[in-house]
Amino acid sequence: MARMKSYGSQLFLPLSVLAILILVNLIKGSSYFSISIINGALYGNIPNILFGASELVILAIGMTLVTSSAGSQDLSVGVAATITSAVFVWVLLSAGKITWITILAAFLASCVVGILIGTFNGALVAALNVQPIVATLIVYTAGRSIAFLIDGKLSPILANNLTYEIGSEIPGVPIQTPIILTAVFVVLFAVLLRTTNLKLYSQSVGINQRAARLNGINPVRIKFLAFMIMGVCTAVAGFIAVTKAGRHDSVNLLKDIEMDAILAVAIGGSSLYGGKFSITGSIIGAYTIEVLNRTLLRLDVDPDAIKAFKAVFIIILMVIASPAVRELAGNGTKWVRDRLGGAVQIPTAIGEDAAVDPKSDISAKKEV
Amino acid sequence: MQTENVLEMQGICKSFPGVRALHNVSFTLRKGEVHGLMGENGAGKSTLIKVMTGVYEKDAGHMMVEGKPIHFRSPEEAQDFGVGTVYQEITLCPNLTVAENMFIGRGRYAFVNWKRMKEKTTQLLGSFGIPARPTQQLSSCSLAVQQMIAIARAMDMDCKILILDEPTSSLDEDEVRKLFSLMRELKSRGVGIVFVTHFLDQVYEISDRITVLRNGELIGEYDASSLSQFELVSKMMGKALEDVSQMKRREPSARDGGEPVLEATGLSSAAGVRPFDFTIRKGEINGFTGLLGSGRSESVRAIFAADKVTGGEIKMNGKKVKISEPIHAMKLGIGYLPEDRKGDGIIADLSVRDNIVLALQVLKGFFKPLSRKQAEAFAEEYIEYLKIKAPSTSTPITSLSGGNQQKVILARWLLTHLQYLILDEPTRGIDVGTKVEIQRLVLKFAEDGVSVTFISSEIEEMLRTCSRLIVMKDRAIVGELTGENLTETDIMHVIAG
Repeated sequence: MARMKSYGSQLFLPLSVLAILILVNLIKGSSYFSISIINGALYGNIPNILFGASELVILAIGMTLVTSSAGSQDLSVGVAATITSAVFVWVLLSAGKITWITILAAFLASCVVGILIGTFNGALVAALNVQPIVATLIVYTAGRSIAFLIDGKLSPILANNLTYEIGSEIPGVPIQTPIILTAVFVVLFAVLLRTTNLKLYSQSVGINQRAARLNGINPVRIKFLAFMIMGVCTAVAGFIAVTKAGRHDSVNLLKDIEMDAILAVAIGGSSLYGGKFSITGSIIGAYTIEVLNRTLLRLDVDPDAIKAFKAVFIIILMVIASPAVRELAGNGTKWVRDRLGGAVQIPTAIGEDAAVDPKSDISAKKEV
Repeated sequence: MQTENVLEMQGICKSFPGVRALHNVSFTLRKGEVHGLMGENGAGKSTLIKVMTGVYEKDAGHMMVEGKPIHFRSPEEAQDFGVGTVYQEITLCPNLTVAENMFIGRGRYAFVNWKRMKEKTTQLLGSFGIPARPTQQLSSCSLAVQQMIAIARAMDMDCKILILDEPTSSLDEDEVRKLFSLMRELKSRGVGIVFVTHFLDQVYEISDRITVLRNGELIGEYDASSLSQFELVSKMMGKALEDVSQMKRREPSARDGGEPVLEATGLSSAAGVRPFDFTIRKGEINGFTGLLGSGRSESVRAIFAADKVTGGEIKMNGKKVKISEPIHAMKLGIGYLPEDRKGDGIIADLSVRDNIVLALQVLKGFFKPLSRKQAEAFAEEYIEYLKIKAPSTSTPITSLSGGNQQKVILARWLLTHLQYLILDEPTRGIDVGTKVEIQRLVLKFAEDGVSVTFISSEIEEMLRTCSRLIVMKDRAIVGELTGENLTETDIMHVIAG
């Protein structure tokens, strides 16, 4: 039922959460939106949020795609990004000289590794029909050790201007580089969605694999593709993360980010059982999580307690988004509307048969 | 004479946002009667039933069970009052065993007595003559058997009111007869039965009274014996309709001797159909007939490679081709409307538009998406052409009625401008009006030069549309009928062998 809502109301939840968080911040101090220019670069809460959420946004996009077609989540994304960034650092440092060219080469190498990891996960999920969460648990478990070995059991440091500029800012450019890279990535992904049938295919596979096949779609190939695109996402996220940090710490780099990426998809209104998705929703979801983290810090919550507070917030959010509460809210708005004599139009679209049948999901999910 | 009403409903209203599903509807059910509930799709039958069973709460009106006013808030509550339901689409759990399905959601206890459950199920299956084992997984049973299990389950729940929503749509005649004898048995025990079906003959065979709904309103309540079939249809349609049975049978045309479009030899599939030969000519309508489980669906699925093809050769327009995946068949201009609309046909959450353009989109290729505008134009064109009732092209397909969903899938294939269309039970579970419309469309496609293979459980329907019938039995072709031999009796003779 949660999937029946129209596109507009799908973005309603993440946007309203974001609005509430911003409101809390404004109450705390009215200077929340202020942006200052220091050394030709923009500083302030908003640039900080955009900067901080870069990797999460990119991973949330990949997670949305995997969720849609495979109907489950990829747990390995943070760890995979740690491996790809280890490869990036290794190639770059072995090249000796650090130039734009060697950086590009190293980045491409990390993309190849990302795609390989995606192929591995994809093979398990799409070809061998292993549950995605179980399949990706393999890389999740082994990945940080592998990265540690690639690092030569060290924590290599990227001490040079070029990678520093990628991870923070290029002199003369007012916007921090990771923000620009993220924006470029989002645009490229939008172009991908616009110039291909990726969205239609992966939604079809996610909703009804059997029907998708009978309409000429190859479900195995689409799931594979989703995991491979996820591989590119991890490579880009790892690249940004390691240039931001300036060193490769295979233990702590992007730790626990997979959970935030899944959460971003959920906040964005896409069903975690696959099918219909909204990339815009997931992106807003990712920024919302970043705003939440920073709001808790700003409210002087004890850093050790932040995760507990975050959990409470998430519970509230998920309860609000649950079908049961939605229905109550729907009845509430109906009550208000009846009293206002139909003056207010509230976008709820539930047809006669649409609202009825929770079983239809089950039968649609049934694999061949 | 005193007849006791087991269920009384007065002035029932129910609305959904933008839709008035029921308006001031009354319905009474007597003890020990079978009451036919009739209406076209979207007439409000399903909604009324869902109010009876507590799935929906009514907006207004009164409801009494055995004279006591009640207000169901959930299906469990209705169940406690003795209202049992078997829905049109099977709503059991396919991956549980038969025994588990029989007892799921019924116990008020935390623990399960597996042994007793098994014994009880064996006994139930035996008494209803259902060919299934208690430990068998439900999904391994045929649709018909699953349906009968659902009915047995409802019957076992000591219900006073049994609601059967399209129970016969996937049963063959023999099974229908068995079901009817069960219904009569229950009737004699004083159970009130609400019977929803699209089969007119069946309504008359078993019903005592008939209530007709149209557009969410009550048209009337009649004694079955005093309402002619013709009157019933016109009341359902809201206009005097030319008698369905008067529809002209298709005249054999010169085209029937035309070039073969598709020729298959020795085709077999993993679904277990025996190797068979098959030919269809340009503009021809032929059909596979036979009892349920005779292999008619499996045969057409083998042509489209919906199941894994295990052998045989196919020639398309005289040229040898390889069809091992549905996409190969699509590229050759073949379309397939599957029997299982929900499981194989519709992409549930997607819009009507996406569902219409899907096959065309896939044929165009991954890198050539239709623009939103093009897709919109195609969708609108076919919504108009096939008279699909949909609020907009963006409506999720699941909010359309069954008949309209079926038309969407038809539109999907027509859009690809195909040469050969396979229709497996296109009229199953949809209303009379749409049935006739679909048959007319099929005839029209053939006029336009499309070859059609048409499968239907209603032999009448096939006799009206097909010029050649291939008769199947036990997953093999046992005969072929054309011209004057195309009669129900001849088919029976061939099947009886």
